[in-house]
Amino acid sequence: MPDFLTAYLQSNVTPGEAGSAFWALIYVLIVFAGISVAVMAMNWLERKALAHFQIRLGPMRVGPHGLLQPIADAIKLLTKEDIVPSAADKFVFWLAPLIILCASFTTYIVVPFGRAHAITDLNIGILFMLGVSSLSVLGVVMAGWASNSHYPLLGALRSSAQMVSYEIAMGLAVVSAVLMTSLNPSGTGTLSMIGIVQAQEAQQTWFVFKFFPLGFIALGVFAIAMVAETNRAPFDLPEAESELTAGFHTEYSGLRWSLFMLGEYAAMIAVSSIAVTLWLGGWLRPFPHWLAGQSWDLVFSLFPGLLFLGLAAIAFVGVGRMPKHPYFKIQTAGLAGFGAVLGLIGVVLFIPPVRDRVQDIFWFIAKVAVFMYLYIWYRATFPRYRFDQLMKVGWKVLLPVALGVLLLTAVAGILF
Amino acid sequence: MAILKDIAAIAKGMSITFGEMFKPTQVENYPDGPGPFKGAKFQERFRGAHVLQRDENGLEKCVACFLCAAACPSNCIYIEAAENTEEHRVSGAERYAKVYDIDYNRCIFCGYCVEACPTDAITHGHGFELASFNASNLVYRKEQMLAPQPAHLGANSIFNQAEVEGGTPSLPAQGA
Repeated sequence: MPDFLTAYLQSNVTPGEAGSAFWALIYVLIVFAGISVAVMAMNWLERKALAHFQIRLGPMRVGPHGLLQPIADAIKLLTKEDIVPSAADKFVFWLAPLIILCASFTTYIVVPFGRAHAITDLNIGILFMLGVSSLSVLGVVMAGWASNSHYPLLGALRSSAQMVSYEIAMGLAVVSAVLMTSLNPSGTGTLSMIGIVQAQEAQQTWFVFKFFPLGFIALGVFAIAMVAETNRAPFDLPEAESELTAGFHTEYSGLRWSLFMLGEYAAMIAVSSIAVTLWLGGWLRPFPHWLAGQSWDLVFSLFPGLLFLGLAAIAFVGVGRMPKHPYFKIQTAGLAGFGAVLGLIGVVLFIPPVRDRVQDIFWFIAKVAVFMYLYIWYRATFPRYRFDQLMKVGWKVLLPVALGVLLLTAVAGILF
Repeated sequence: MAILKDIAAIAKGMSITFGEMFKPTQVENYPDGPGPFKGAKFQERFRGAHVLQRDENGLEKCVACFLCAAACPSNCIYIEAAENTEEHRVSGAERYAKVYDIDYNRCIFCGYCVEACPTDAITHGHGFELASFNASNLVYRKEQMLAPQPAHLGANSIFNQAEVEGGTPSLPAQGA
């Protein structure tokens, strides 16, 4: 490989900063593929975890423990008939899922998976993320309107009202975190996603613990608003299936419908990564100061490999518990192969250069995974809000709380 | 404070669902489960496909009295009787059922035949996988319903032909 391509690997900056179009393209492809795989994994995990929350088994038939279910779903969706209602506005109907998909995938340009592992570092990163992710409201309204049907229209109206009103509380919570980045000798804050994480590194605390409980409340406001923002339970009114069939995507089927789902799950991961970046220290490992030093660095850098080895061990336990029947021969072999692949990844992650390069990505993804699990947990626990309750929570609770936290953060920033 | 109470309530609700996650599942892992029923579980009284029982000597209990056919509201039982002889003894009494067909296209699983039977020969088993692509397959003959061995050893394996051929009866008989 030519020098100008390999030179980037020695540096510790993002491809955008290094000005390397080649590596930026590679990163874009990796992120796109990674998010698509993560959405599939999330699909499986949600069905499985939700089933166990409800004392069910969930997918069991396609592959061992339903592991191949997302692939089966994808094949089914791809081969399904693509129906466009005759009264629909064809062009807008076609455009709506693309807008939602583009809006949720474009935000990943600035998501910092590590110091060097973002596609680029915009100096208005967080503003860019909030702005672009807000565009998905447009897609929802277009989908609802273009379907030329009652349920989608009602779903789209609900959705737009909900997303617009929760964006305000969300924005205020974000501003209070951005305000905390300015607490340094120079007194200037930053909107850059990487800059925000570096500010937490410099201040030796995650912003969730800053001015306790102010950072914590801001994260709480954001965590509630982001569930509403992505139209997930208990705020899933736009898709309330008991009232609106499926909300704004009632008339969509096959591939277009799956684009909506892809966009929705990608948006969930995107807002979770905003929360992680702003309050939970992004790619920083836990306890960087309390458990500092070479040996602790080494211990924490072993986590990714150990996690994969643990997953491999779980897979092999599953192999042992498979029914001993000839019908299950292929499934058992498949599960053993899956476990072997996981174990191999785990072993590769122990190699020192890989370990150092990958561990910040690991911590970022681990923190995002907690939020993704919370999404499932909320869905299993809470009943759906009524629309007036939703608006009340948004305007009368979250907005004043977020405003108060913002003011108090500003005061605390001056005093301390 | 009210808000702390609300937060405690939310935390309690979420802890309950989290606890549920580690409980054993209530559903049956039906086609992949263990045992002859592949994981399906039944009430004892479940009325599935019929089993013609044998007595403790291995002779058929059915004496071809036609009471089941008379009791059947959907008229799905067809019997042809024949006399037992010294050389060819099939049942313990004078007559036996040479032909005993139940048409599962018509059977409504009401259990009247089982109630009517004076010798407890016909019983409901737990067989339930009766679906077929061909309606003529649903007329079950005596040989398909007959317990292959004395009832306490298990009976009626017709629904799992592979296991019948392998010699292991898959469906335990009722009232053994």
